[in-house]
Amino acid sequence: MESLHHEDLIRDDRDNGLFRVNRRVFTDPEILETERRQIFDRSWLYAGHVSEVPQPGTFVTRRVGGRPVIITCDAAGKPHVFLNSCPHRGNVVCLEKSGSARALTCFYHAWSFDLSGKLLGVPDAEAYTPAFDKSEMGLRPVPRMENYRGMIFVSYDPNIVDLVHYLGNAREYLDYMIDFGGDEVEIVQGAQSYSMKANWKLLVENSMDGYHALSTHHRYFRQYLPDIGMDPAAWAGPNRIMGRGIALGGGHAVIESPQRPTPLTGSAKAELDAIRVHLVEKHGAERAHRIADFTRNLFIFPNLILISLWHTIRTFHPLRPDYMEVDAWALFPKNDSPQLRQKRMDNFLSFLGPGGFATPDDVSGLEGCQRGFETRRELAWSDISRGMGREQPSSQDELQMRAFWRRWNALMHGQHGPTDCADRSERRLAAE
Amino acid sequence: MATQDLRAVPAPAADPVTRAEVEDFLINEAALLDEWKLEEWLTLVADDGRYLVPSLDSPDSDHRTALFLISDDRRNLGSRVKQLLSRTTWAEFPRSRTRRLVSNVRILERTGDQVKVTANFAVWRFQHDATDCYVGRYVHLLVRSPDGGLLFRERRAILDLESLRPHGKVSFIL
Repeated sequence: MESLHHEDLIRDDRDNGLFRVNRRVFTDPEILETERRQIFDRSWLYAGHVSEVPQPGTFVTRRVGGRPVIITCDAAGKPHVFLNSCPHRGNVVCLEKSGSARALTCFYHAWSFDLSGKLLGVPDAEAYTPAFDKSEMGLRPVPRMENYRGMIFVSYDPNIVDLVHYLGNAREYLDYMIDFGGDEVEIVQGAQSYSMKANWKLLVENSMDGYHALSTHHRYFRQYLPDIGMDPAAWAGPNRIMGRGIALGGGHAVIESPQRPTPLTGSAKAELDAIRVHLVEKHGAERAHRIADFTRNLFIFPNLILISLWHTIRTFHPLRPDYMEVDAWALFPKNDSPQLRQKRMDNFLSFLGPGGFATPDDVSGLEGCQRGFETRRELAWSDISRGMGREQPSSQDELQMRAFWRRWNALMHGQHGPTDCADRSERRLAAE
Repeated sequence: MATQDLRAVPAPAADPVTRAEVEDFLINEAALLDEWKLEEWLTLVADDGRYLVPSLDSPDSDHRTALFLISDDRRNLGSRVKQLLSRTTWAEFPRSRTRRLVSNVRILERTGDQVKVTANFAVWRFQHDATDCYVGRYVHLLVRSPDGGLLFRERRAILDLESLRPHGKVSFIL
């Protein structure tokens, strides 16, 4: 797979405003292998949130980037991420999904470790030679780990740029996703762990696709909102409020729209107004306006989505070309009143998750695409050209997806330097 | 589940709700759902009724403090039924076939006008040549309806699955 050619996978015709993706990228196991090596092993990946390991001795386990990992909070209150495999002979050390413990013990030969990873006990240790160094045999940390305002990211590339540099222009938008409640945020108990029989990149596209909303989510906008007494005019119909699609560089992207009425802005108006006043005091009027008066779907390359309408974090990992695992959580302000917390959850559940009034239709849509790709020999290309000729593509256009694909394409070809993710055409620029 | 919940409580003579009546009610309910008679099914839910499916990592949590998969009040549940019967709920178009087995019915507790009951369920769902099986237990709060039947005040489906993989969704009424 070292001999991939650009034209094989992506046709990016900036001069004529056409962008095509070869459907092989969604079906080919060799592509997935290259993605693992060139993308997942060389990016920063969201692993979890410090609020999931709130006290010394707490831990959670999950798979991140194809590896089982343990996220712990050590006795000093410091978070760690370890590979969940015994340095001795490989067994998964921590078998529980979450819990608290003074030590983690691999049951195979009873080696035990504290939550800072240090090897504590080795049964019958006198059998080892002096060359056996216990201090080298602790739980192996992931090569890189950084905590950005409570969000724990890991990388399997020891030489990757630091996280803030990696986030680049996306950092400002990530801050909005954290600052919206005027207080620290935390992961709410209750994770949504589901799957889609679809390629992971379809969920990248779908998670920042304004164009699909009114057709795929017809029942939410045209049935559910009227059922709870809301006028869907701001969302659907000729006077709907449109937003922008923005390529942030590095493959990151965002769609941003002026705030529109939601079940939450209806049910919690007084509380949200009070938070907005607090935001102005804390951050000033301009920044408070940027935080509170827009909704955003933020994509952090390669597999992290934050959506402000519901304050969800969603990440997803491919197991096969046609199957991914999805994990999603609610990230809410710690100091919300119980009433506001419940209203936020009701709003979240009305749209999002495996039982919501929208996500199941996304699952069906993406699984339908995957089934449709069986025709890829005859029907080889998907079109991602919407808004390519526009000065400022809208949130219903597809610039944000092209930004992802351009970075994806560069990395798949081993080009790990900066990527131009914008639509700009050198020929058109020269003509102007 | 707390150990006290595991005891079957014998019916006091004054209370007419019997295990057999609850079992009949749940079996008939399952038939309405499998037959997609959802409007008729909705009449089994009290006006203050709630339909709950906890997240799979928090099966015993409270919907007021934890994020569930489904936490419908009666208004949202009414909308859910209307949506499912429309032709634009794509996850259920064409409608999936379901078949549910409901068993091990027990009365757990009687408090005031309501009975807390539990039952085991297995629901098979078929769509697009795929088969998914949803296994778990119900914990319901039932009250007498004005016409002498039973109504759901709280209808809770607690899945035993560790994740919705490969199911991906709970797009029908569980």
